Amino acid sequence: MEIKKTSLNKLHQSNNAKFVEFAGYEMPIQYSKGIIEEHKFTRSNSGIFDVSHMGQLFIYGDESLTEELEKIFPLDLKNLKENCSKYSFLMNEDAGIYDDLIITKIEDGYLIILNAACKDKDFEILSNLLGSKFKMNLDNNRSLIAIQGPKSVEILNSIVNGVDQLNFMTGNWFDSNNQKLFVTRSGYTGEDGFEISISNDKAEKLVENLIEKGAQLIGLGARDTLRLEAGLCLYGHELDINKTPVEANLRWAISKSRLSNGGFIGSKKIMNQMQDGARQIRVGIKPEGRVIAREKTKIFDDTDKQIGEITSGTFGPSVNGPIAMGYVDKEFSKVDTKILLEVRGKKHPANVCALPFYKKNYVKGVN
Amino acid sequence: MSEVKFSKEHEWITLEGDVATIGITKHATEMLGDIVFAELPEKGSNVEKDGTAGVVESTKAASDVYTPVSGEVVDTNQSIVDDPAKINEDPEGGAWFFKLKIKDSSELDTLMNKEEYDKFAKETSN
Repeated sequence: MEIKKTSLNKLHQSNNAKFVEFAGYEMPIQYSKGIIEEHKFTRSNSGIFDVSHMGQLFIYGDESLTEELEKIFPLDLKNLKENCSKYSFLMNEDAGIYDDLIITKIEDGYLIILNAACKDKDFEILSNLLGSKFKMNLDNNRSLIAIQGPKSVEILNSIVNGVDQLNFMTGNWFDSNNQKLFVTRSGYTGEDGFEISISNDKAEKLVENLIEKGAQLIGLGARDTLRLEAGLCLYGHELDINKTPVEANLRWAISKSRLSNGGFIGSKKIMNQMQDGARQIRVGIKPEGRVIAREKTKIFDDTDKQIGEITSGTFGPSVNGPIAMGYVDKEFSKVDTKILLEVRGKKHPANVCALPFYKKNYVKGVN
Repeated sequence: MSEVKFSKEHEWITLEGDVATIGITKHATEMLGDIVFAELPEKGSNVEKDGTAGVVESTKAASDVYTPVSGEVVDTNQSIVDDPAKINEDPEGGAWFFKLKIKDSSELDTLMNKEEYDKFAKETSN
């Protein structure tokens, strides 16, 4: 299959991107400055991320759509206000996660942002669940651009006036150069920032304008170190079809009002696990030395019994040390529990720690 | 000091008497990206030509470091363990990895000179 390219591909090339294939797309892993510089620039200034490979699924409908979606997602969608977003999951009957996503209520329905590697399958699953009652559009004509970091609000507001009035996890339509943009105040770096949905033919110009105002392009490499420092899950690593939201320590994302009556796919398993606890749970892990424990690293207790496995591990540039996330048996999931990580045949001491590794700077209340 | 020689695994080596100094090339560091971890062989241990003799890790992945010749490890550069970013800054100078008392100087004959290595690096990175 031919590799897909986003509408910013030429711009990446002219900015000396190193490319990798990711979910069938040619995506920039880094630019000339490298992952650590890009990471730190995002934390101190403003980084631009091309996330156009992600799915933008528009589903149109009225209250009956809300009712149908409540049978799928563990959310209180009836009480979700227009232009407000929630983090959620698409699950199977066993509460195994097909995908994690952000769903936003828009004027005439919902916008769901899906992972690139999952979007086609998600579309199929949702089409089967919803039948043909609602118009669904996995929109390939729109790009998705994230701008993240403390200077992002000032930079984006100078181009798209009014975005500074958005609260975290809300969005709205904006006009910029006769172009309708859907902007949400959200992101996946642990920083204040925005995601901008824009038609493909206008995306390059917008990014050029953002660069002119002082923001810089950031690759997927730094996106990964940023999200890991922020303690955020990445599908295919922390989350997959064999993990539930309770095991992933994401019960905060399940609306409380939905837990008493259930009625969404996977609710039985979720309610059982909420009561009895899960056998394993996702935790943050900090190695004591400098050694980096990558994905699939085995985790042991001090009696040589394997108690879990690492799902993501790297060097955290802002933490200035190695960090990881993984699943451990629940009796080892308390903060400050001593564990051992087997790297290249040697066991290295580490500690279970609270997430995030790096404190968030989200804007909670503007108004 | 002898002419700098290079291996296909992107190590450089210089020889002074029977002690070789070994590190990784600038080209290797450019391919790896930001190096954030280095592990070196133990002093006093013996390493075999083309065997692993250390590890470097970038933010992205771990890579083995090989020794281009056999010998006994007589010194290691602790400063790159303490501050791995030095490897990106000065890979073919201050950020050497280890020194070996070599067994057989003829092992160096199979290695590339600078010109050959530059050509090899260019060809293999495309």
